[in-house]
Amino acid sequence: MTPEQQQPRLWKKAPFIANPWLRYGLIIIAFAYLYWAVSTIPFNWQRISEGWPRAMRIFGGGFPPAFDRGELMWKGFKESFQIAFLATILGVLLSIPIAVMSAKNIAPKPIYFLGRAIIITARSFHPVIVAILFVAAVGFGPIAGILTLTLYSIGFVAKLLAEEIEEIDWGQVEAMRSVGAGYMATLVYGVFPQILPRQIGLSMYQLDSNLRASAVVGIVGAGGIGATLMNAFGRYDYDFAFAILILIIGIILISEAISGWVRKKIW
Amino acid sequence: MVEQKEDSLAKYWTRYDSKERWIRYVIYFLTVFAVVWAVKDIDIFWPWVWDAPNQMQNLAVRMWPPELGAWSAIGAALLETVHIATLSTMLTVFVALPVSYIAAQNTTPNRATLWLGRTILVSSRSVNTIIWALLFVAIFGPGVLAGILAVMFRSIGFIGKLMGEAIEEIDRKPVEAMEATGATRMQVVFYAIVPQVMPAFFAIVILRWDINIRESTVLGLVGAGGIGVLLQGAIDTFAWQTVATILIGIVFLVLVGETVTSVLRKKVL
Repeated sequence: MTPEQQQPRLWKKAPFIANPWLRYGLIIIAFAYLYWAVSTIPFNWQRISEGWPRAMRIFGGGFPPAFDRGELMWKGFKESFQIAFLATILGVLLSIPIAVMSAKNIAPKPIYFLGRAIIITARSFHPVIVAILFVAAVGFGPIAGILTLTLYSIGFVAKLLAEEIEEIDWGQVEAMRSVGAGYMATLVYGVFPQILPRQIGLSMYQLDSNLRASAVVGIVGAGGIGATLMNAFGRYDYDFAFAILILIIGIILISEAISGWVRKKIW
Repeated sequence: MVEQKEDSLAKYWTRYDSKERWIRYVIYFLTVFAVVWAVKDIDIFWPWVWDAPNQMQNLAVRMWPPELGAWSAIGAALLETVHIATLSTMLTVFVALPVSYIAAQNTTPNRATLWLGRTILVSSRSVNTIIWALLFVAIFGPGVLAGILAVMFRSIGFIGKLMGEAIEEIDRKPVEAMEATGATRMQVVFYAIVPQVMPAFFAIVILRWDINIRESTVLGLVGAGGIGVLLQGAIDTFAWQTVATILIGIVFLVLVGETVTSVLRKKVL
């Protein structure tokens, strides 16, 4: 036996990135970035070191959660639900024409760009930023919330609906046109029936996601349970705040389950 | 003959049978009822609603032209926003991977750990980033750390859930082969599971980074760092022209984030 054969031949796992330069380069870049990012961020270590006792105080004050102010909670949740519901209805109704405008296959070019521009504008801002602007424009309360979530719904529903319209079976539209149907008739009988199931599924999804968002836009003053939560937090009413939080989680889980069930039934 | 004709007349085509029709009418009725109830019951001061278009136009006029003088402060804040998103995504990975391991049905050691994993994922996912931020600002004081932790706590649920689903969908055979050779649990994880979920992992992390950039832009509104702090300050002082600049900056940042994500996605996958 030659000495080479006696050496055990070890199998090594193939590296994830084959090129060693790239592999080590990426690792070095990652560490350099980490160092740079952490060193430029101003951390107030003194304040952070106080965090532990503060966390203890907050959680100590938060347990057990106080569910006794039921009426205030009910008012907040009711308002949140109303905001989410009205915004979904408005948003979905508005998003149908916008989706038709932004579908490449049925809209003329200039209209198409207008529709896409509306969708991009509606999508580019986080709902909380939109909410804070609406609160500044129309004042505190549920109107700002409804307007915000309507815009948020348009951005999402219109975009997906437009994609759905672009993927419809063109045969039915052609059949309608060949019998001399006008634009509206083609739309109503040739296009809408094909996107209706998706439309209902999207609306249910949007209702669920508006309900989540309505809890958040309240934090910047747009009404609903978020406003109640923010007030409770601001007054160091931690037991009440935690009760609201637990209820929010519970309601979100229920609404997620319902919306999932409906979508499964329809699709 | 006559009878037959009547018969064919009576059987005209309808899209739904009577039961389906009834369900439809009930749903329509409930929807309309809910709308009426919501509109009547909600606490809205109607004159404000009719005044809203006016007010918004007013606001838009006051925002024009955007004040470009503060661009260096805005640029620094945007960079801080990116740092929050990136650092929190990096940190999330270390927590989310073990959680996804115990939350996946085929890898979790036992039922108790499965439920522990699922509870962590659900509670992380159902609390919004802003609410997490509110909590961490109360604990650690206003600043970037609260923002990083908030984004991280929300991302754990997202990455953990999707990674758990990816783990549940792996091909069982390599795992069995490894186990048959007597490999330890750790070896099975690193040589049979990890290579299979790698592509999903990168896709999920890139997607979440993109979402985190958007989320990080609003953290500052509750004091958790990033561009939101400047935005809140500008709104509070009615500096609407600065607000306009900040909004342009945010759109720019979101677009850059989207471009980077799509390039990365093409490169990696």
